[in-house]
Amino acid sequence: MKVLTVVRQVPDAEARVRAEGGRVDLSGVTFVMDGMDEYGVEEAIRLREAGHDVEIVAVAVGPEHFAEALRRALALGADRAVHVVTDEQLDPVTLAGVVAQVAREEGADLVLTGGKQADWDSAALGPAVAEHLGWPHSDWTTSLALEGRELRLQHDVDDGVEELTVTLPAVVTTQQGLNEPRYPTLPNIMKAKRKELQVRDLAGLGSPAPRVRVVSQEVQVRPRLNKVVGGDPAEAAREVARLLRDEAKVI
Amino acid sequence: MVLLVTVEKLGRLRGTAAELAAAARELGGEAEGLVLGADPAAAAQELAAYVPRVVALKGSFDAAEAVAAAAADRAQALGAEVVLFSADRLGQSAAPRVAVRLGGALLEDVTALWREGGALRARRFSYLSRVTETVEAVASPVVVSVKPRALAAAEPAAGAGQVSVEDAPAGGDGRKRVGERTAAQGARLPLEEARVVVAGGRGLGSAERFAQVVEPLAEALGGAVGATRAVVDAGWRPYAEQVGQTGKTVAPELYIALGISGAVQHLSGMNRSKVVVAVNKDADAPIFKVADYGIVGDVEAVGPALLAAVKELAAG
Repeated sequence: MKVLTVVRQVPDAEARVRAEGGRVDLSGVTFVMDGMDEYGVEEAIRLREAGHDVEIVAVAVGPEHFAEALRRALALGADRAVHVVTDEQLDPVTLAGVVAQVAREEGADLVLTGGKQADWDSAALGPAVAEHLGWPHSDWTTSLALEGRELRLQHDVDDGVEELTVTLPAVVTTQQGLNEPRYPTLPNIMKAKRKELQVRDLAGLGSPAPRVRVVSQEVQVRPRLNKVVGGDPAEAAREVARLLRDEAKVI
Repeated sequence: MVLLVTVEKLGRLRGTAAELAAAARELGGEAEGLVLGADPAAAAQELAAYVPRVVALKGSFDAAEAVAAAAADRAQALGAEVVLFSADRLGQSAAPRVAVRLGGALLEDVTALWREGGALRARRFSYLSRVTETVEAVASPVVVSVKPRALAAAEPAAGAGQVSVEDAPAGGDGRKRVGERTAAQGARLPLEEARVVVAGGRGLGSAERFAQVVEPLAEALGGAVGATRAVVDAGWRPYAEQVGQTGKTVAPELYIALGISGAVQHLSGMNRSKVVVAVNKDADAPIFKVADYGIVGDVEAVGPALLAAVKELAAG
């Protein structure tokens, strides 16, 4: 069977994000493969290690530098990679249409993607890919087992954990706890350089028009008092309690 | 026409439905409600206090696929230009599907929604909540998921609306079967609804210290217990208490961070709190940058001291 694992290259969580003229300015920022997408790559590899016959194709839709996430996926164990290169800011629903088209052409059985990527803070990609394909999906998935053509899953819902049984083909989005992603080894990084990384353009995939436009972005800074209260623990605690009552008026 | 979609919970209307009603009023024009679930009649009556007409569909709506199909069908029948969901997990799972089905746009997890120059605009967060962005739908219809507790609930309208209860057409093709649901253990008070959150991190040293320091302070303040991912990963606390990127997002009146260094993933779940108190032995910990009041010191000493001070104040 064929597993597509969708990855994005996002700013490192510790990076300082700035905004200039109503736009996020990411110059000088370190980028990494999205942490939740990493769970997807790891899960695909674990399916193979569990004895399933799987071909793993890593897929990215985005600018040039998204290729780094694909190379990492190849170094981790993906067999091939497809990079749809575009500088256009596609909203998740539109981008999902591109992923769905790649999945159709590849004849994918399973699409894995992060539960919520750290750049657009969106959980929409997985469900939208599933709808484009007419497939079922499981989101916020914390446990996955494949038996024949059936996936047995656990996923987070609003008030707890729910068990699902889903027949392939399907889309699964990840949640923390699904697995513990491995690190690529040096030999595998070297080997990955010989693996196929196919570059495609949006025109070959229908050049979909974005459905949402970003008007402006600003860095959210909530002014904080930053008052450090000194003294021994008892004194400091008493002073903070007093400030919470008399100044902040929250207790 | 604005369509409000909600799924009943134990036969009652979810509190977030009144927030959708507030969003619908802000947009103006006609509005209609759609209540889905096994037992939607009473919830539909409740929603009729806000909108002039409500359709209740009785059926199995545990899966996002079924919710999306019913919502898209109703939206199409009405020619709705806006479809509103609450951005809880089920809503965030169904809304993208509705947008695809309708060939429309999705404005996701929004904190404000308005019309501007004939278009629908919304505000939302991105980059792990570090950025606030204004987005505009450039396709129609527009499906919107509204961040829970971001909008003030609407007041009921003057007269009750009209309700019709129908059986949902048999749906589902068996490709997705929903099994058992296990309620999250732990949380007595839902984290997202708490006015005060007392959260602990690795700095507390052990599960026992966490329970001894964090729990009584939360109780004394009538608040909920929160935890960092490291603490949940270590098995000290249940996942239901996790605050941050992969856990809950909270914005209480008061957030007390005990022994939390303040990784961005954690901050993204709590940086909207009104007042933040941080206790950490490292004066350079990033948590102090988002704190209103900080105490640099050992949480093992300061935590109990805070509890004593709070009790002293309460005693007058």
